[in-house]
Amino acid sequence: MGLTAQSTGRHAADRFSERQQNHADYIVALAGNPNVGKSTVFNALTGLHQHTGNWPGKTVAGAVGHFHSHGYELNLVDLPGTYSLSTNSAEEEVARDYICSKKAHCTVVVCDATALERSLNLVLQVLEITPHVVVCLNLLDEAKKKGIHINTAHLSKQIGVPVVGTSARNGKGLDRLVQKILSVCRKEIPVHSYYCRYPPLIEEAIQDVLSHLPISEDNRFRALCLLDNDSQAVGKGEEEAAQCAARWQNSLKQNNLLPLCDTIASSIIQQAEEIYAGTVTIHTAQTDQRDRQIDRILMSRKAGIPMMLFLLGIILWITISAANVPSQLLSQFFSWAGDGIAQGLILLKTPSWLQSLLMDGIYGTLTWVVAVMLPPMAIFFPLFTLLEDFGYLPRIAFNLDHAFCKAHACGKQALTMSMGLGCNAAGVVGCRIIDSPRERMIAILTNSFVPCNGRFPTLIAIMTVFFAGLAAAPLQPAISALLLLCTLVVATCMTLLISRLLSATILHGMPSSFVMELPPYRRPQIKKVLVRSLCDRTLSVLSRAVCVAAPAGIVIWIMANITMGDATILSHCASFLDPFGRLIGLDGVILFAFLLGFPANEIVLPIILMAYLSSGTLVEYESLAALHSILTANGWNIITAVNMVILCLFHFPCSTTCLTIKKETGSFKWTALAFFLPTACGLLLCFLFTSLMRLIGFA
Amino acid sequence: MNEPIPLSALADGQCGRISSVSLTGPIRRRLQDLGMIEGTKIKCLQKGPSGDPIAFFVRGTAIAIRQKDASLIHIC
Repeated sequence: MGLTAQSTGRHAADRFSERQQNHADYIVALAGNPNVGKSTVFNALTGLHQHTGNWPGKTVAGAVGHFHSHGYELNLVDLPGTYSLSTNSAEEEVARDYICSKKAHCTVVVCDATALERSLNLVLQVLEITPHVVVCLNLLDEAKKKGIHINTAHLSKQIGVPVVGTSARNGKGLDRLVQKILSVCRKEIPVHSYYCRYPPLIEEAIQDVLSHLPISEDNRFRALCLLDNDSQAVGKGEEEAAQCAARWQNSLKQNNLLPLCDTIASSIIQQAEEIYAGTVTIHTAQTDQRDRQIDRILMSRKAGIPMMLFLLGIILWITISAANVPSQLLSQFFSWAGDGIAQGLILLKTPSWLQSLLMDGIYGTLTWVVAVMLPPMAIFFPLFTLLEDFGYLPRIAFNLDHAFCKAHACGKQALTMSMGLGCNAAGVVGCRIIDSPRERMIAILTNSFVPCNGRFPTLIAIMTVFFAGLAAAPLQPAISALLLLCTLVVATCMTLLISRLLSATILHGMPSSFVMELPPYRRPQIKKVLVRSLCDRTLSVLSRAVCVAAPAGIVIWIMANITMGDATILSHCASFLDPFGRLIGLDGVILFAFLLGFPANEIVLPIILMAYLSSGTLVEYESLAALHSILTANGWNIITAVNMVILCLFHFPCSTTCLTIKKETGSFKWTALAFFLPTACGLLLCFLFTSLMRLIGFA
Repeated sequence: MNEPIPLSALADGQCGRISSVSLTGPIRRRLQDLGMIEGTKIKCLQKGPSGDPIAFFVRGTAIAIRQKDASLIHIC
């Protein structure tokens, strides 16, 4: 369902906390390959709204939810998606450690029924660790549509654990899933451990190591870990077994069975292949024909990039044209309601300074944010979510990987940038999908080069007023959209450039590899996405408006109304910054507004207006046309507007994003760099642009 | 069968069977996780807008890898 309030902002990096798990009767872990609908199952069971979308890796932080069934309280832990339990990536380690820790009474392995063979791989690996497993065959409806028939009873018999088919998106099969989970938790189902068969010599070695291990359910897995000596530190009481494992290394080597992880992997894959062949029948020859046809257009040599720009352009165009109407209605309503409230305040005989503080300070800023900033944000988000649900984002990464490779970065960075369009904090957390630490750091540092949702409305307003405003009214949204698209292209180019620069300097290195799954296209649940995402976004923007815009309104009002010496605090601050602002083609008020806008980008423009209006030139600002007159009255021209766009694109990330970067990198230095890098870029670009304009005599 | 050729040399729509994977490190593991081991059937779907990366069809899923890595996987 796209980014949600729980996956953006300050909750973006929250991981599952142990505290929440204490009271439940049973703990259930949810494991599975990336992008098999784990989060959908999680949301369906718990009624929470974790971010879901059609691309591998979006659940990067585990979530915990709980639900009640048959009088029991169950805690559900959503683990990050993993292709296997053996790899070295941090996220897969989280999943593996959790399953190994035996905190869960039952582990549900969610499988993609349309690509069962690969999912089985993970099922067999989990079965090596614990027999308390329920296999959830998700996306069964989609598999049926593709002519894939799965004999679940046979599969269950083969692997010895319950198998339940579900279509979590429609809520089908979830009751049965809960039933099976409960019976596994209550140990009502006899445990038949399925053991993977390995070559005879390895089996012999396992038996030998096993005889030195204390008895427990997963000691076969422990024995394998010890034999594969590079995998993990030796646990308590396992020293003897580890010595035994070390003795086996030579004979394993002589028989060409090393590295052991390779042999284990191929044994598991072969058995998954056998089980798959025995349980799945495919009725049509080409199950993925439609996907490939779409791919041939969306990822083709000629049309791939143009289609990408076209789709993004359409979304921006819809956003801008659709935002106009609610924007105007909201401003009219607020201006009407404002008059009423002002009348009321007069009737109540409130002191005039309080009236001014409430109306000009709080009410003005708050309603401006809601009327101008909210509509584009609330419209862009659901539309983008539709693309995400459809499965388009991985294709963007595919199309752009070559460019990122040239910048010595990873194509998955394009995915994190896409998330950054929604919320930079979410984008920074999303960087966990990038395996190489160096490339991940590049993606984190450059994420705020992509304008987030909070900066969109500012860009749209400036573009509409200063550039598109020159054209005929019906064309204005299209021109604004085109200009916005261009700024996004500029932002992407800048990201690539800075990534290359970082790769050549402090984050020196060559591009590593890019392995990415291109998931099947799915028909987005249009109605559900639109309604949920719209409400979610509206609520979260509203709450931010109250939390940030209202206090900012108070601060700016106080600064504009308290005089020190010969001028107000505001004009002191503004005139202090003014010389520098003028140097780069802006002014002191604008720079000051950016500084005050640190908690949230959407309040930058309202602060600028408040500051201008408070210093005498009182103009009603009911529409964007009025915006133009306020700004030009304060010395804005086209060059100021361009500089404003540049600085809006490239300046320090908001406070939430900075905190997230600190959490993700664990380093103050990197956070500082993430703060100063875009700021320096923005200021430098403004300076260069203004100097160039001055040189050729435009300013 | 024929002489092994690098996976990157497959034309769009052509199939093959992996004969060796000469990659090392994390990417080798990653490909293993996706079921790409010796003997696996693989089909080239299409190349990216600039010829790189390349999308392949393996065990029921489409997987994109870079040309540089694909040239170190051989098929016959």
